Amino acid sequence: MMSAFWSMGGYARYVWPCFGFAGAVLIWNLWSARGYLAAARVRAVRALAMDAGEDV
Amino acid sequence: MWTWFYKLASPPYVYGVAAALTPWFFALAALTIGYGTVAGLAFAPPDYQQGDAFRIIYVHAPAAWLSLFAYTTMAVAGGIGLIWRIKMGHAVAAATAPIGASFTLLALVTGSLWGRPMWGTYWAWDPRLTSELILLFLYVGVMSLRPAFEDPARGDRAAALLSIVGVVNVPIIHYSVLWWNSLHQGATIAKIGKPEMPGSMLWPLLSMLLGFMLFYGAVLCIRVRGEVLNRERQATWVREAVKS
Repeated sequence: MMSAFWSMGGYARYVWPCFGFAGAVLIWNLWSARGYLAAARVRAVRALAMDAGEDV
Repeated sequence: MWTWFYKLASPPYVYGVAAALTPWFFALAALTIGYGTVAGLAFAPPDYQQGDAFRIIYVHAPAAWLSLFAYTTMAVAGGIGLIWRIKMGHAVAAATAPIGASFTLLALVTGSLWGRPMWGTYWAWDPRLTSELILLFLYVGVMSLRPAFEDPARGDRAAALLSIVGVVNVPIIHYSVLWWNSLHQGATIAKIGKPEMPGSMLWPLLSMLLGFMLFYGAVLCIRVRGEVLNRERQATWVREAVKS
């Protein structure tokens, strides 16, 4: 039963890479967006600190 | 209506709304994508012609649809920035580009993997495939053009212009299967109601379409917040925003 599921009727080497790549794209989007926001926060904090005359 | 529209031009309002919407979008995206994946892979029956290879539709069609939706969003947002000089329009356009490009790549890769067992080749210079590839190049062009200018405002305007010109490719992609002889099958959703697409196949597909849209909304909200901070880092309201 399970082996029939994983074999996808003989199309496993096409179906699973598609779902794997889709998962990778979703994860990349989430990771890169969070990284982008975090970097923007750091830049904003630095800019505000420089405006306040603090040493950064 | 117009009051709400004007509010969307306010960076702190957009930043706050995006932050509030993000967890909701993510939660709903997880539910719909989770259901669509399980139901599409395990419970939908195999297609009578394509067998289990048809299950690729559950990631290919939502990715392809999102690639067009994100491009149209980018062009409309760029147009709003260009015509009404609303900076948030450019921020949304800039935030959309990498998301749209990644889903265009996903549509091309999954389409290629689907094409091999169905058409006997990973790639053909077919109107639908070629116009989708052009869409990817347009995304890359828009993303490369924006930082190519020293003045960010000029970069925004140039990127908006390119995205508006490139939007002509969206109907070309959509109607390519009707206008020209194509290996690619016709519109899937247009076949709703016909007996060959039963509910057990259709509902997971609709769920995945909705899930990808919600995921796009969530990621767009995060990226827009980053764009707003980058563009408004000298503003006083940012002080409170970055503390929280």
